[in-house]
Amino acid sequence: MPTAFTSASLPVRINEDLCIADKGCSVCVDVCPLDVLAIDLTKGKAYMKFDECWYCMPCEKDCPTGAVTVDIPYLLR
Amino acid sequence: MQSHVQTVDVLIIGGGTAGPMAAVKAKEANPELRVLLLEKANVKRSGAISMGMDGLNNAVIPGHATPEQYVKEITIANDGIVNQKTIMAYARNSFSMIEELDRWGVRFEKDETGDYAMRKVHHMGTYVLPMPEGHDIKRVLYRRLKRARVSITNRLVATRLLIAADGSVAGAMAFDCRTGDFHVIRAKAVILSTGAAGRLGLPASGYLFGTYENPTNAGDGYSMAYHAGAELSGIECFQINPLIKDYNGPACAYVTGPLGGYTANSKGARFIECDYWSGQMMMEFYRELQSGNGPVFLKLDHLADETISTIETILHTNERPSRGRFHKGRGTDYRKQMVEMHISEIGLCSGHSASGVWVNEHAETTVEGLYAAGDLACVPHNYMLGAFVYGKIAGESAAARCAGTPLADIDEIQVELEQARVSGPLSRADGLPPSQVEYKLRRMVNDYLQPPKVTRKMEIGLARFEEIRADLDRLIARDPHELMRALEVHAIRDCAELAARASLYRTESRWGLYHNRVDYPDRDDREWFVHVQVKKINGAMTCFKRPVDPYIINPDEHEISAYQQLRIHENAAVKTKTETDVAPV
Repeated sequence: MPTAFTSASLPVRINEDLCIADKGCSVCVDVCPLDVLAIDLTKGKAYMKFDECWYCMPCEKDCPTGAVTVDIPYLLR
Repeated sequence: MQSHVQTVDVLIIGGGTAGPMAAVKAKEANPELRVLLLEKANVKRSGAISMGMDGLNNAVIPGHATPEQYVKEITIANDGIVNQKTIMAYARNSFSMIEELDRWGVRFEKDETGDYAMRKVHHMGTYVLPMPEGHDIKRVLYRRLKRARVSITNRLVATRLLIAADGSVAGAMAFDCRTGDFHVIRAKAVILSTGAAGRLGLPASGYLFGTYENPTNAGDGYSMAYHAGAELSGIECFQINPLIKDYNGPACAYVTGPLGGYTANSKGARFIECDYWSGQMMMEFYRELQSGNGPVFLKLDHLADETISTIETILHTNERPSRGRFHKGRGTDYRKQMVEMHISEIGLCSGHSASGVWVNEHAETTVEGLYAAGDLACVPHNYMLGAFVYGKIAGESAAARCAGTPLADIDEIQVELEQARVSGPLSRADGLPPSQVEYKLRRMVNDYLQPPKVTRKMEIGLARFEEIRADLDRLIARDPHELMRALEVHAIRDCAELAARASLYRTESRWGLYHNRVDYPDRDDREWFVHVQVKKINGAMTCFKRPVDPYIINPDEHEISAYQQLRIHENAAVKTKTETDVAPV
């Protein structure tokens, strides 16, 4: 069966200037209850990989550099 | 897919609220035991209280309430269908658990004399204890886990329990949602503390993960308990909550109520006497929502600025801290506008209603060696403190079992079958994406199971769920993360079928909106003053009645109907309106 890649706006934004994933940090990835964040190994930065967010905010609260912002998903806004 | 086998004494599945407590208490009961806490996410921030909690809803504190009063209150709130012994076990342990959590560093509100600052929200007694600084609770639990030397594995998704030849539990099977590896964990005792079935109904927003409950709690434990042959109870008593429209946070009763906020209709008038969440309250909420006075609002705009600031501080730092962001996006200010409310999607959750895995007062399920605690375990209206108390009971019961129980042999056929089921979506080249199957399944849940419940609609729903069963064999996953979503769809489908069959079986209406059957509108105590149990018997989902055990505390005659009279009558409503209609909207 053919499948599609449909684009979706994502609620979690990473400020790549502040993100220190390249220094070995993975706090946001570790704490996410839904495991939707990942590290882009080519860039050494965190990013939201899956649009499955509870906008619960541990990623933002626990980030040591304030690089993570959680927006309300567009469908709920 | 690599396989790993390990052996422990006590396996706890679910590291949210009840699970960490169970693990600590099992270890404290016998430090020699190998205790493994298995978590699907990360114990540091998992479960219903990942961002903390703003209060206790059911604190039984000497001087404010007695265990006997509390048992009566919940008996009445749950329309009589309770195993009072389980509620009494909670109530008697409630205060000592608060004191223990207090010693561990969980901060509860106290008055100037150092006493707990209790608030009245329930219809009869006083049980609400605010925790304005409750955001740290997971950190406190994590410290205790480390101190007790509990082993923890994160990102393991349990999918089925292992059953020994004698029908007792022998462990569990799981997979790693990062690597896809398959795990077999042998154990003498297993505690299920996997939380609610929160991804059952679809939120009105259509966003799959915008649920009231943490969407990680997809009903895995209900499905595992069912397939292990455990009895589930009260499944037809759905969880439905009053929430901010489009946002998944609660608002009113426990935080704003004691400070003067209340649920109002579009005219700004109160229409319910008591904001404590119950099926009867939800029925009145639903009626108002559907009426010419709808929709329903949270009214705070009559309160003083500093009171509203206090409310904002609590609501925007605890439990659902993105709430302030949601309001800002819509230009909503508690000072100026009432906030539109709505009812949540349906779920299964004994922490809020009564739908769960049957347990006795020792947290034992009907399967030997299997225990349950927290939102998943059928102890009505048990909430967070109930999860802690039953976590403690389950941990101690499981530890006691280990002393006299040898490790059961495992059945290789069960392991092979489960490994094949789990690896299926990764091995298929072509098929259905989990997100689409989940969306359709949960949309059908809304269409056919959301109260008011109608017999013919629920029968159609069952037929649809049967069709989706066939789709499960076509699920595909591109990576272990998608595999987790695919296996969750299996669990959600089981929960949908459980919800439909239990609801069809009870041919009466009870618990207000939770089990409002339009074609059986009356409560029928002669036929239905019983628990409805669901169990897998010879492979078939089977419902039967379980008698309600004789009460240990009998509610007084005048108290029995207390929750039936929640609506404020016409004249009273007008009076309330003039009293409170002081702030411009």
